[in-house]
Amino acid sequence: MTDLFQDFVEAVQTVPVIRYALFAGLVSSLTFGVVGSLVVVRQIGYVASAIAHSILGGIGASVYYSRVYELPWLTPMLGAIVAGLLSVAVIGWVTIRFKEREDTIIGAIWATGMSAGLLFLHYAPGKNVNLESFIFGNILLTSWSDIVATLILGIVVIGLVVLFYHKLVAVSFDEEFARLRGVSTKFHYFLLLTLTAMSVVLMVRIAGLFLSQALLILPAATASRFSRSLALIMIGAVGITALSNTAGLALSYQYDIPTGPFIVFLAVFFYALSFLLKRKRA
Amino acid sequence: MSVAPYPLESASAAPADVLVDCRGLTYSYGRSPVLEDVSFTVNRGESLCVIGPNGGGKSTLAKLILGLLEPDRGHLAIFGRKPRDSRTKIGYVPQAMRFDPLFPIAALDIVLMGRLNHLKVGPFSKRCRAIAQAALAEVGLSGYEKRAFSDLSGGERQRVMVARALACEPEILLLDEPTANIDLTIEAQLIETLVSLRHRMTILMITHDLDLVSAIGDSVLCVNHRVHRHTLPLSGETIREIYSGRRRLEHDRRTRHQQGDHSTCSHD
Repeated sequence: MTDLFQDFVEAVQTVPVIRYALFAGLVSSLTFGVVGSLVVVRQIGYVASAIAHSILGGIGASVYYSRVYELPWLTPMLGAIVAGLLSVAVIGWVTIRFKEREDTIIGAIWATGMSAGLLFLHYAPGKNVNLESFIFGNILLTSWSDIVATLILGIVVIGLVVLFYHKLVAVSFDEEFARLRGVSTKFHYFLLLTLTAMSVVLMVRIAGLFLSQALLILPAATASRFSRSLALIMIGAVGITALSNTAGLALSYQYDIPTGPFIVFLAVFFYALSFLLKRKRA
Repeated sequence: MSVAPYPLESASAAPADVLVDCRGLTYSYGRSPVLEDVSFTVNRGESLCVIGPNGGGKSTLAKLILGLLEPDRGHLAIFGRKPRDSRTKIGYVPQAMRFDPLFPIAALDIVLMGRLNHLKVGPFSKRCRAIAQAALAEVGLSGYEKRAFSDLSGGERQRVMVARALACEPEILLLDEPTANIDLTIEAQLIETLVSLRHRMTILMITHDLDLVSAIGDSVLCVNHRVHRHTLPLSGETIREIYSGRRRLEHDRRTRHQQGDHSTCSHD
């Protein structure tokens, strides 16, 4: 165990790829923990999943159009952000307008985004796109500019949560009462969905599209089993995400395991462990 | 009687002490009318209990008063204005059972929601926190500020909801079945709290609890698609009629008009 730790510390000091991956994991933990806690208490995990999957449409479109029209600035990250915002607009509108059919319609949006993404990637000219890195993530491809982008986006997300914390909580706890006190419940719902989408976009590099919502939800769900305060759940979720990211990176480096899935596997492990610990307490 | 919604000119002519002025109100979900040709007033300082069978339109009436629903026909003015524009003067206590009991939130944070219309962004002001703490003390929950909602008993949760409504500094307190699903000891505590409040504000309370009606109410509004007002105490015969459905209040409006009866309830 000590050898493993020493090897990892040495790798962080000497291998830039590992150092960047560690920084990216730690910086993004803050965003995931805070936003994930709001997603869990609002019980919109399935909406986060739909947003995550529909983002593939934006990634596929950006790859296709950047190659066909030679637009180097049209990066997959930009495509993911645009697709994330678009799916927030559509899903938010659907959940407000068609409440009784929302699960069916969100399922359709989820499938549409994924199908469009796969079609765009199939017909994109040039060499084959590494679909696996989008779907399952590859934290080892993180660059310094990715870390800076993650940090800026993280600061924006945390700033918005701090500014609107009480209203976001009120809308999650009792939407009707919040509306009666003059709070725009639609604005705050869209704000929460936008924060979720941005967090998922940040996570694509680490855990990939399919597993990102697991990393958003599981640490917060784990922390919520031990605390009855949202602020403490947020802090706990940040810690568990950081631990999953760091331990996942260290172990995957040591044993040559795919990093993204292993990070998510650790988050699942901590969630399962919480049931055992909680049962022992009782 | 057909009255356009919100003829505010006529509403402004209402006496200042009439806080709720409802005339010829009709509301339907789809094709089924839930409330039909409903008229009543609530005066300042009055405690009006709204009773009636399930599905009779009590909660719909509350939602109309709060401006969460728009009437199909008729006139409804709260403080002489549209219900939507008077929301901040009403402290609303919804049924406690619809909340997630495991939601991670402290009692004080729930009560502070009554001050949301005074918050733009960031934390609540010291004044808002002081008002919320005073509201908690008023319902006998001083020292419960940091207690988690999930750790509170059913009665304590309900009193937190009353404190949240009081933190709105309301002129009308509107309660929707405040004693539903709580035991008798807790109900007695809640009645004590409401009795102390009835001298300070106008109370509108939806309830099935006849003990609560006799402790709090000045009069009773029986709602079953139409409405009929009773003075207290209610006779045993009247109670049986209300809940057995005999007072279904469904007879032809034309008959009542022919009889010159402008009350909104049929009499069997």
